[in-house]
Amino acid sequence: MTLFLEQVLNGLQFGVMLFLMAAGLTLIFGIMGIINLAHGAIYMIGAYAGTYVAMETGVYYAGIPAALAAAALTGAAMEFLVVRRLYKRDHLDQVLATFALILISNQVITLIFGRQPLFVAMPEALSGSVELLPGVFYPSYRLAIIAVGLLVALGLYLIINRTRIGMLVRAGSTNRDMVRALGVDIRMLYTVVFGLGALLAGLAGYMAGPILAVQVGMGEQILITTFVVVVIGGVGSIRGAFFASIIIGVFDTMLRAYLPGLLRQVMVGPEADALGAGLSSMGIYLLMALVLLVRPKGLFPAHS
Amino acid sequence: MTQSSNKILLGIGIFAILLALPILADMFGQPALTSLATRVLIYGIAAASLNFILGFGGMVSFGHAAFFGIGGYVVGILYHHYASGEPIFGLIPGTNQLLITLPAAILVSGIFAAIIGALSLRTSGVQFIMITLAFAQMLFFLFVSLKAYGGDDGLIIRRTNELPGLNMRDKQTIYYVCLVIAALFFALLYRLVNSPFGYVIAGLRQSEQRMAAVGLHAYRYKLVAFVISGMGAGLAGALMANFMRFASPDMLHWTKSGELMVMVILGGVGTVFGPLIGAASFIVLETVLASWTEYWQLGLGFVLLFVVLYTQGGIQALLKHAFGGRS
Repeated sequence: MTLFLEQVLNGLQFGVMLFLMAAGLTLIFGIMGIINLAHGAIYMIGAYAGTYVAMETGVYYAGIPAALAAAALTGAAMEFLVVRRLYKRDHLDQVLATFALILISNQVITLIFGRQPLFVAMPEALSGSVELLPGVFYPSYRLAIIAVGLLVALGLYLIINRTRIGMLVRAGSTNRDMVRALGVDIRMLYTVVFGLGALLAGLAGYMAGPILAVQVGMGEQILITTFVVVVIGGVGSIRGAFFASIIIGVFDTMLRAYLPGLLRQVMVGPEADALGAGLSSMGIYLLMALVLLVRPKGLFPAHS
Repeated sequence: MTQSSNKILLGIGIFAILLALPILADMFGQPALTSLATRVLIYGIAAASLNFILGFGGMVSFGHAAFFGIGGYVVGILYHHYASGEPIFGLIPGTNQLLITLPAAILVSGIFAAIIGALSLRTSGVQFIMITLAFAQMLFFLFVSLKAYGGDDGLIIRRTNELPGLNMRDKQTIYYVCLVIAALFFALLYRLVNSPFGYVIAGLRQSEQRMAAVGLHAYRYKLVAFVISGMGAGLAGALMANFMRFASPDMLHWTKSGELMVMVILGGVGTVFGPLIGAASFIVLETVLASWTEYWQLGLGFVLLFVVLYTQGGIQALLKHAFGGRS
């Protein structure tokens, strides 16, 4: 039971990380109509910049502004130099141009930091565990990630439902052309959305640092999972991205935690572990295929 | 009319050069060129298969490495069972005969393409891109988890499949086998693209509604095209496994799907021979850049970015433009 609760929390923590990525990606998809494979690269660049500053200064919190700044700068540069030329192109061109951006950023990062992964220590105050229930301990750092993620979700909810810019974002993801026809400066809206997405990705990358190694390729791992989230949630829907993130996070964690054990009851140990690992990696893709077959536009489609 | 006969002449010319290539390579003391050209031919088949649905049919499949990998694994698994002497599931005996493994690879990848296509084609646009990616990822992780067939490490094929009367250990022989298969494949593809079926597929890209109004069942045509395309990629995978004497999950990795798309766009979307040019430029670029620096992907990234942003129609269009021709 203790273990189960722990796994649920782990799933929640993974889900929240996914949400930070998916929120930006789904808006970029929904409003700008861009398939941005380079979103994972921004995540990686945020992680590297933050971790580097934290290692140099020895202060974890000093990494946060560095990660955000680096992510925002990279995002702005990508938008200005490349993405802006892709709005009117088809999906194929977008996939390939942003695929090129992945190759470029991975190599640039390797040139600067080498191939060794970087590690950043957790802040002192969060390195312990918290007793949630009598006898149930959970690492404070992961709890902090969950808290930050939920706060960001709340903040996004307020921005999107209560502010003027949020109104434009909602309108943009429902009918882009109509918003433009009404005289809204769509370019400004695009820049805001892309910048916001980049900021959240940078934050997610830096927070993942102490849990996962900061290394080249970390962006692609989470990127593909994030796409699964975005598509399941419904392209362009923040609400969909939130629920899909949590579902995928918990589902994936549960499969990884329990499937090898279940298989071991019917198979030999090492083979069960290998098959279990493989099948649990397949799980989210299976879920995505099922959702798309039943609801081709995702669970919460923005364009109704 | 002259344009199409020109194209055929060009095809024959290229074929003649390719025919003489191993001899020329030996003459100039560059035997590695033959291996390079073999890889170009194999990737050319895979990229042209992808281009059939992507360029002509407008279906952006981001999971075509799956069929490439399946083709490779069919060869690998059949050889594995041939070497161990145990039949697959106790029923199907393994084999090392190319005349059996190639059709088997085409058949199996066709079956997988039929299943994946039947499900994926219910969606379109972004969702289609992502669902094809999802199926490819599933198969990738499936092969990673199959410890019996090497798991992560892949399957080593100790000897290239045999073809009666030929010494398949010779790299030049393998090259000529690949060349003949590639020539047949491209001839078939050329006929297919210019057949009524090919026109329907191109019509579906332009407007599905219009084709429906003409009375054609879009889904069925798209599915058949998807299966043909999967079979072509499977054939390429089987050849690659024979050439490298290795089949591994890397063949199904999503970056491989990306590379195939890169080849298609480098060569020119929606042309028969473009993907071959694309595969050649990609592999030559990779080889040349990799000999200069270990950061060759940086150069590749910039070239790709340039081609996508500033050329319409890839290298083929650039060449045409440079020589003053009209596309």
